[in-house]
Amino acid sequence: MGLLNLFPKAPGNLTRLPSGCFTVDRTGEVVASTLPQSFSAELVGEIATQVLATFRDAQAAHLPLTELVVRYASLKITARELRGGAIVFLTPQTLAHTQN
Amino acid sequence: MQPNPSDNPKILLVDDDQDLLDVYKQILAQMPSKPEVFTAANGARAVAMLEEQSFSMLICDLRMPKMDGLQVLSIVRRKHPQLRTVVLTSVIDEEFRSRAYSIGVDLFWFKPGTDREIHLFLECLESLLGREDQIGFRGVQNKSLVDIIQLECISQNSLVLRITNGPLVGKIWIQDGEVIDATAEDLSGEVAFKGILTWKTGSFESLPAEPEHPRNIQKSYNALLLETVQAIDESQWQPQATDAAPAPANAGALPLMLLSRFEGAEFALIVDSTPAGPFEARGLENPEALANWARQTMQRFTPLADALRAGNLEQIECLGPQRSAGLAALGANILCMGWRHDLTVDEINDRTRKALIQWAS
Repeated sequence: MGLLNLFPKAPGNLTRLPSGCFTVDRTGEVVASTLPQSFSAELVGEIATQVLATFRDAQAAHLPLTELVVRYASLKITARELRGGAIVFLTPQTLAHTQN
Repeated sequence: MQPNPSDNPKILLVDDDQDLLDVYKQILAQMPSKPEVFTAANGARAVAMLEEQSFSMLICDLRMPKMDGLQVLSIVRRKHPQLRTVVLTSVIDEEFRSRAYSIGVDLFWFKPGTDREIHLFLECLESLLGREDQIGFRGVQNKSLVDIIQLECISQNSLVLRITNGPLVGKIWIQDGEVIDATAEDLSGEVAFKGILTWKTGSFESLPAEPEHPRNIQKSYNALLLETVQAIDESQWQPQATDAAPAPANAGALPLMLLSRFEGAEFALIVDSTPAGPFEARGLENPEALANWARQTMQRFTPLADALRAGNLEQIECLGPQRSAGLAALGANILCMGWRHDLTVDEINDRTRKALIQWAS
């Protein structure tokens, strides 16, 4: 049955979990990033949008925030408020990486 | 007599290589349970097929165009948590194996290349299919936790049952056929035992007996099980009898009061996640704005999980200069706990998780 491995597929679009950080200003524009280029800019923008909206809406709900930690099964997003903008850290949380 | 094909397990196989789909379809047909094998050539098609009909197992490649296997599995684990999921891949990379298990797959297997490997793979699949049950505990088919405890007690066994239900972990000590203690995070004794027995699904493992463990439950196992099952039945019966809207109204004032008693807790808020759904709060003067914020925040970050291929959203901690908060989802409800501002993020994480367990109990 070695036949099954005779034609291995070419490397596809399996992306690694991002590790690094980026800074976003109050308008949602990413001003600096240490994330790998392979990580989609669209996704960075999406994270930035949701983080800024969460900070903004928390303020409106009388719960001003300075830091936000979003825990997924294999990724942690830590965002710190920066005068209307934010610095956002992405940390993989798989067995191969340190927890917390 | 031929078994009715509709009784056979249904397996959905996903791979973008049609030749491999054909080969694996033939291989899977050799399994003793004679599964019906369906195929999908991409992730989107697989997700759609899972919406249309129920399957016993999903076997998914990792490397696929457009929607990769991790993305498919993230969606599937969230939408169909009871479905057995298997990764079958040629990607030899510890990170992806680790991520797949973090997402919650049951089995990660490199594509077999020899008869021996195929035989082992089929044995593993057969074993996984054998454990399939919509409600019940992995390891014992079609048995509730009450059944499992009863069996152990009747057999006069001594062991420790470790039960896992998502983020919830509990332990039940059984000594010479009697339940002597239980814990579920910070709960212990009868309260913990009753809490654990409300869990409808999960997995358990039998650990060696601990004869030196102190006895904190004095009742006989029969009385204990009877009381617990009655309490569960009553709690399930009440909402139907009153035809009341579903939770969080069923959370009631008592759980909220207990939640707000956590050390460092400033408020407790339980929110129905549906738009403009009901909520209940304790310790808040104007909870509506915060309830909306909690709902929006969970709705913002839940879909991101699929795009990031990062597994389910587990918890959110928010730190503020005046007060902090922890958010977690349980079913269709959201728990939002307010915490003193001087707690660290790890303390908020830990206490919110414990509050979630208390609430679930």
